Amino acid sequence: MEPVTRLDHNGELPLLDFPYIIRWRDDRCTRCGKCTAVCPTKAIVPSVMAQRLVSSESPIPLPNTVRKVTQIVRQVTDIDHFCTGCGTCSLVCPNMAIMPEYNPNAKLLFHKNRGGIPYKRGGRRNDPQTSTLDKLKFTRISMLTDPALDAGRHEFHIRTLMGRNLPAENLPLSLQNGRLVVDSSSFIPPVREIFPIRIGGMSIGALSPPMWEGMAMGVTYLNEVENIPVVMGSGEGGVPPRLLKSRFIKYFIPQIASGYFGWDEIIHALPDMIEDPAAIEIKYGQGAKPGDGGLLMANKVLKLIAKIRGVPMHVDLASPPTHQTKYSIEEAVAKMIQSVSMAWGFRVPVYPKISGTKTALAVLNNLARNPYAAALSIDGEDGATGAAYNVSLDKMGHPIASNLRDCYLELVKQGKQNELPIFAAGGVGKDGHLAANAASLILLGASGVDIGKYIMQAAAECYGDEKNRCNLCNTGKCPRGIATQDPRLYRRLDADRVAQRVVDIFKSAETELKKIFAPMGRSTQLPIGMSDGLGVSDKAIADRLSISYVC
Amino acid sequence: MCRLSALTSNDYFSVMDNIMALETMKEGHDGSGLGVVLKDIGGEFKDLKEYPILSGICTEKGRKKIDDYMDQAGFKVKFMWEPQITESASSNVKRRGQYLTTAYQYPEAFLDKPEHEKQALLTKTRLTLREIGEQDNCLYVFSFWPDIITLKEVGDPLEVGVFFGFDKKPLKAKIILAQGRQNTNYAIDLYACHPFFLQGYSTMTNGENTAYLPNKEFLQSRDLQGYGNYHSDSEIFCHTLHFSHKILGYPLPYYKDIITPLKNNEIKDRPDLEALHLLKKSLRPLCIDGPNCTIGFLPDGTVFMAQDSKKLRPGIVGGVPGRYALMSEECGLEQAIPQRKQENDIIPMRYDFVIISPDAQEATVWNQLQG
Repeated sequence: MEPVTRLDHNGELPLLDFPYIIRWRDDRCTRCGKCTAVCPTKAIVPSVMAQRLVSSESPIPLPNTVRKVTQIVRQVTDIDHFCTGCGTCSLVCPNMAIMPEYNPNAKLLFHKNRGGIPYKRGGRRNDPQTSTLDKLKFTRISMLTDPALDAGRHEFHIRTLMGRNLPAENLPLSLQNGRLVVDSSSFIPPVREIFPIRIGGMSIGALSPPMWEGMAMGVTYLNEVENIPVVMGSGEGGVPPRLLKSRFIKYFIPQIASGYFGWDEIIHALPDMIEDPAAIEIKYGQGAKPGDGGLLMANKVLKLIAKIRGVPMHVDLASPPTHQTKYSIEEAVAKMIQSVSMAWGFRVPVYPKISGTKTALAVLNNLARNPYAAALSIDGEDGATGAAYNVSLDKMGHPIASNLRDCYLELVKQGKQNELPIFAAGGVGKDGHLAANAASLILLGASGVDIGKYIMQAAAECYGDEKNRCNLCNTGKCPRGIATQDPRLYRRLDADRVAQRVVDIFKSAETELKKIFAPMGRSTQLPIGMSDGLGVSDKAIADRLSISYVC
Repeated sequence: MCRLSALTSNDYFSVMDNIMALETMKEGHDGSGLGVVLKDIGGEFKDLKEYPILSGICTEKGRKKIDDYMDQAGFKVKFMWEPQITESASSNVKRRGQYLTTAYQYPEAFLDKPEHEKQALLTKTRLTLREIGEQDNCLYVFSFWPDIITLKEVGDPLEVGVFFGFDKKPLKAKIILAQGRQNTNYAIDLYACHPFFLQGYSTMTNGENTAYLPNKEFLQSRDLQGYGNYHSDSEIFCHTLHFSHKILGYPLPYYKDIITPLKNNEIKDRPDLEALHLLKKSLRPLCIDGPNCTIGFLPDGTVFMAQDSKKLRPGIVGGVPGRYALMSEECGLEQAIPQRKQENDIIPMRYDFVIISPDAQEATVWNQLQG
């Protein structure tokens, strides 16, 4: 018997199942069509509707009914065109006639697997709860026993070290006429002094040209004009050849990952490089999608990207989940670090980046024994990505706070807490508290932190949030022009403005860090591991992180 | 706030000299206690230089535990001294037990052992006794080292001095560090009272060390004898001095470079700038970063004063060849050495490190910027 779905629409999804419901106001809409043209998912379409209009023009009510067909803006109920709530429609609307509204009763995940393809997206783990980092408070305030410092008047040195610090017992020093002299024939690992908040690895390819260039310009300005030595990761996918051969490469951290994209170009540029990079990051994992590889879609592989990555245009670029040529941690860590170090004559710090995991301690212990390992970077579960399966984003990974803390305390046990710096990432600035989150991680033992999603949100107004708003980075249709290679989209983004915002963000973060460290009486050195300055009103968190419980 | 009173001389002087100087600085401390470390001791100890002296306080029960342990370890009592305790109704100082100042002969097996083995034995003995005492607070051991006496007690420094009978039976030495306060910010614990002592090195500090935890964790993780069981953030200063001077073998001024490192742009004029850059990185967790004036001595009798990198605590040095005082305040200096030329007094600022040579012959100011 033929089902009656055709008649009662039972096979269709009601709007109430969708994560955002479009509020469209007939009375305000001028039918200009901008909203439907700009919608990145085609969730709204121009449509028509039969309307029954009742009016009365006489002195006494004398209803006159007219039936007519009018143009409307209709939200589609196709799950592959669901409204992501980005709100670009409301941005372009001249008459404030349209706005997506969050629907907490949505059932997106029940339906978004049509064709047997699981839901894929960009962004962060969809968890709008207050993160552990945001629960931490700075509770050790210097006052009468030890005068608080003045963030505005005293000198502060908000800097950290990126690179392996030799233990004092092993420094190649000798005494000559009562002064210490360095034996220059000994190997001294390279160490950079940098600002403790870095821009984490986001690739050219994943990011649009104006976004990447804007950040790069901002970082350069911060270094050369503001004297704030911020460094920026390249992500996997190489570095523009002109930048490689310029003096500005010293502010960048090229990343080598499992696809090795761009590295042929980098190696060939070596003879022409006039400066060393800040460091080299070997990516083994990413907090947003631990154990998963990457994919740059063919439609993002345009001329510039193909040239930088050394690949043909318009092909899917898959990075495998692991480095295919390596079969053990010893090989992966020791051999890669040493061979990459050798390429720059052991003048550049080389370190691995892993995703937060219970096995981080095993990696850490390997690095602690490897004299060439410059640091360990751990990316927690709240890190973001340009593309991943939703299940990886939402359910895979380890929170950064306890992962970092365990690693730091292990180093303390070994007496190597100053020797091997740990950089922490994943959810830093998730709720906008950039400096506070960074300071918390530093007090828990991080030498510095990485940000990614935050910089896109703050510098380029990325719509994404933890209620799954937008998160279209993987589609190449980023409505802000941040994560796309489509010139029609990225021309919306002004690289100079991004640069200006990057400068604003780091200048204000430096001031806020001073405002945190000054009352704690710390100014000369970054308070790495000063966990007695932290408190939390959750006993379980306090116990787990070995910090004070306060209430 | 703590008040510090250090004297160094080429002749023996009474610990009352330090206490009277503390008395003049009374407005700056709360009169809650006294801690003294004496080095190069005179009187009855003048001819006992090579015998380690056990300094501490114990109950009857504690005394027995000490005797049993020392007997079993092979130490033999060489000489016993006790302060002439004078309790009075007007004084708030209460007798805690026996005040031990006992010189021992090394166990026979150690008599011909190299110096470092003897030193390790002394430190191990002190730590073990302390551990025994911590079970029921029956004994406190502050130092066990040749030619060193440590006394600590709760109460007004002058009253404590009178209580110990120093006004009648003076205890004399050539170097004495004295500090006039217990750690009254928290529960009073005699182990938290300055000065602190480890293997010939001693310091006392006015201020609070905001970098205490990273400092402490770094020192503890060196896995060296004596670095542990911290009861005060100021104990860090003594162990950092020991670490830099004895373990790493750096000349004394590098202590200042470690606890208050220069900024990178300030290092450029130092002749040893390369080494300094390395030191700054490798010893980053020992930066104190707090408001501190630190006074200390080395095993060779050098006495010094260092200020924090923002000069947030008072300190003054002055004297005449043969007798120098390092005090928190000028009134203390005036009390201790009135005959000095006041215009030669040194008020060290943030880059200054004042060093008094052994036998108190000369005071020099080492400037961190020039090296």
